[in-house]
Amino acid sequence: MNLSSLVIPLLLAAVAVYGMGKRVDVYAALTRGAEEGLTVLLRIVPALVGLLTAVSMFRASGAMEWLSGLCAPVLELFGIPPETAPLMLIRPVSGNGALAVASDLMASHGPDSYIGRVAAVMLGSTETTFYTIAVYFGSAGITKTRHAVPAALAADLTGFAAAALAVRLLF
Amino acid sequence: MEMAWVWSGMVVLSLLFGTAFGRLDAVANAALEGAKSAVDLSLSMAGVLCLWSGVMEIMNACGISAGLARAFRPVLRRLLPNACRDEETLAAVSANVSANLLGLGNAATPLGIRAARRMARGCGGTASNELCLLVVLNTASIQLIPATIASVRAAAGCQTPFDILPAVWLASVLSVAAGLTAAWLLSHRRKER
Repeated sequence: MNLSSLVIPLLLAAVAVYGMGKRVDVYAALTRGAEEGLTVLLRIVPALVGLLTAVSMFRASGAMEWLSGLCAPVLELFGIPPETAPLMLIRPVSGNGALAVASDLMASHGPDSYIGRVAAVMLGSTETTFYTIAVYFGSAGITKTRHAVPAALAADLTGFAAAALAVRLLF
Repeated sequence: MEMAWVWSGMVVLSLLFGTAFGRLDAVANAALEGAKSAVDLSLSMAGVLCLWSGVMEIMNACGISAGLARAFRPVLRRLLPNACRDEETLAAVSANVSANLLGLGNAATPLGIRAARRMARGCGGTASNELCLLVVLNTASIQLIPATIASVRAAAGCQTPFDILPAVWLASVLSVAAGLTAAWLLSHRRKER
């Protein structure tokens, strides 16, 4: 059993018990909120269709591998192992894709190798940026995203470089 | 507009590379598959989205979110001063941050969306500085216990899957700091124009 499988049931039960203690109709509140969740979903679908279509085409065209090769020498300058280039390219656009690439890196280099550790820390310190932006701004009806994309990418790039640095410092 | 550039760039590059590598068939299939997977993903998200929106509603009704909001107000007041003037937005942001810290990414997104929708009201489709900041906070992962990554490491045969925690924390702090700094610098630059 891992920790996260305890957190969710515990959280749900605690909220229900606390709400009942406060004489709140928790079931009515739950369904009211869930209804709102459905209206949010309607606004997310169009944004995801746009994003995932482009991501899927991009991966199938071979552009991803070509870009990885291009990035490798630059990465070495920053002390980032070039083997992690595909992970860094896929991380902002696909969470499942990044998980698959990282598992592959860990399997081929070993989970306790430098590359394996850097891959794990990269996964842990960054998010699926474009997915998050599409979902948040899509559901809020925002079309002018202003500086959100460059700022979020700056955070990702720093996260990647910091992952390599942190593993070198701490292991 | 940035998303428009990213999207157009990816589609055009896919066409060019697909032609160059003789993979146009795969690209054409991928376009249709991608659109389909977006709907699949939305449907698989639907239950979680509704569930956590419902839990947030219970937390609002019984005062838990007000308590969370009190706990996070000192920090959030500095980052998001306007959002904090609205009690319910502050409550949603606090719940979003709590879920992120616990590593409950699935719960964090619906809660964050709730906050974003309130913050976007009456802005005519343009993201405010604070909304950009909220999104940046959520794109820079701030989790204390990265359970998913630990399980991937364990699956790869690692004996001590959690030994990367300090490294993850260090890298997360640096990336969040960079994101916040970049958002702050860019919001000032745009204002002066």
